[in-house]
Amino acid sequence: MSVAVADRTAPGDVDVSALPGEDGMVEGPRSRWLPFSPWHLLLMPMAIVMLIPLAWMIATSLETLAQTRHFPPILWPGQLQWRNYPDTLGAAPFSRWFVNTTVVTVTVVLSNLLLCSLAAYGFARIRFWGRQAMYFLLLATLMVPLQVVLIPTFLIVKQLGLIDHLGALIVPNLANVFGIFMLTQFFRTLPIELEEAARIDGASRLKILFTIVLPLSAPALATLAVIQFLWTWNDFLWPLVTIINNTDAFTLQLGLQNFQGAHATDWNLLMAGNVMATLPMLLLFLLAQRWFVRGIATQGLKG
Amino acid sequence: MATTPASVAVRPPGPLRRAVASDHVAGWMFVLPSVLLIVLFGLLPIIWGFVLSFQKAGLISPNRPFTGLANYERIASDPLARTAAVNAAYYSFLFVPTSIVLALFLAIALNRKVRLIRFYRLAVFIPVAVSTIATGIMFLWLFDKEFGLANYLLGKVGLGPFGYFDSPQGAMPALVVMTVWGWLGFDTIVYLAALQGVPRELIEAAAVDGAGRWSQFQHVVLPLLGPATLLLAVWSTISALQLFDEVYFVTHGGPLNRTFVPVFYIYRLAFTSSYGFAKAGYAAALAYVLFMVILVLTLIQFWLGSRVVHYSS
Repeated sequence: MSVAVADRTAPGDVDVSALPGEDGMVEGPRSRWLPFSPWHLLLMPMAIVMLIPLAWMIATSLETLAQTRHFPPILWPGQLQWRNYPDTLGAAPFSRWFVNTTVVTVTVVLSNLLLCSLAAYGFARIRFWGRQAMYFLLLATLMVPLQVVLIPTFLIVKQLGLIDHLGALIVPNLANVFGIFMLTQFFRTLPIELEEAARIDGASRLKILFTIVLPLSAPALATLAVIQFLWTWNDFLWPLVTIINNTDAFTLQLGLQNFQGAHATDWNLLMAGNVMATLPMLLLFLLAQRWFVRGIATQGLKG
Repeated sequence: MATTPASVAVRPPGPLRRAVASDHVAGWMFVLPSVLLIVLFGLLPIIWGFVLSFQKAGLISPNRPFTGLANYERIASDPLARTAAVNAAYYSFLFVPTSIVLALFLAIALNRKVRLIRFYRLAVFIPVAVSTIATGIMFLWLFDKEFGLANYLLGKVGLGPFGYFDSPQGAMPALVVMTVWGWLGFDTIVYLAALQGVPRELIEAAAVDGAGRWSQFQHVVLPLLGPATLLLAVWSTISALQLFDEVYFVTHGGPLNRTFVPVFYIYRLAFTSSYGFAKAGYAAALAYVLFMVILVLTLIQFWLGSRVVHYSS
């Protein structure tokens, strides 16, 4: 997982939530020769090229084994082999891996929303001793990628007795600096007057955070949630080193890898497994595209 | 402390109560859960990793004798470390410009009001949601030597057949194609956001001054995309140098070590017995060298960028 922080260098003060909409888009000139914009001649092939891997994955997942071993490749199976899906579920504990991945991802996302909100409120609104230094120290850890600290992090998690346990995937990720940074920046943009008024009325800081600040921060929280979901769901390296001998604690990514090792040439089953492991994330992306785009455009994140 | 009831009524809040109500304590209470977690799983590993890099250490034995600079000295004469460095450089050299140029091109094409634009954008964005392993499986299949779609389609235009991941020359380019597919949506979104930030008035002013479409793009739009380009160059380089999942899963570093990259080597040293045991210290040293390289390259890019890139605000 690589994280980069784009604060001042981010692409300007753009209202990126308008990205999937119409803001700032160029209206192309109408062509005299074509009944449609000439840009379609470029855009359509481009979209098809990007979608080919996904489309062929789905097509292959519905073929018979014999059809997958045919050249030239069969682009669409006549008779759809839906039974590949139950067959795949029978050949490997995908449902177990799905549950594991869901448990890990949901826990990590919820915990990050809570802990990062608390910390961000502290950093954004409370003047306490050591605040600047601590904030800077946390940000400094963002520069060091997991790949570099893989071994010591593994040793710490091993000391805690979490190896081969779902806890190894959850505990180290309960809070992350990126979320704190993003929410701190966001909280600082909120008008402080409401909070001051509530404070004069005797509301506690915790109450102010939950009743005033967080409801105003829904866009930032949604962005953090979907990006964290994406990272955790698709993470591979960390599960690979911490879940070694226990297939019962595999995530979908580990399971897919394992399944590919065992069925390297059963492309129809492999693709059925691939579709099942990828579909939840694709659906979330379709539903929450706006927040993904916003997260990437403003913060520059990539799992 | 004994007090009479009378004195309680007039007494100001005790030191404990005042401390809890004070900003210092309250602030720390809010940040403490996250800070503890990040110190334990973020900060401590950075320090420990540095210590490990001066030790002969394995993952199992708690016996970790210090060996001074031995690990670092070994890197200089390690042919595998050299191979990994060369491959990482080659991969970055192909991946970074390809992904950035394609993304710029796509963003420009996608930044317009035409029918189906949502579909086009979705098609480009959607690989962002697909995991590296799922991508790996798809491309192993697309690039299958015998039954793959790629050889079939290229054959139709008279190219190939290619060996892709099985061929020493083709494996790295195939890896680049696969990872560019996965990254393109990300880069394109960043460029689209930058394009939408280009003030309409500037383009119109240029048009009034008689600038043609290409000239408008070259002199008005392109300079304003500088910050986004710099950012993408830095991110893409960082992630290119940390390539792991695809290599581990798809090519296993092969064929003939042609896709053998640093993080793959670090992983194998520390977490497998491919090169014998007690190699975690050496792996930690390699990881630190990689980190330093990334850091220096990032600083160079930002320094170069600051001389070329124009910030509007």
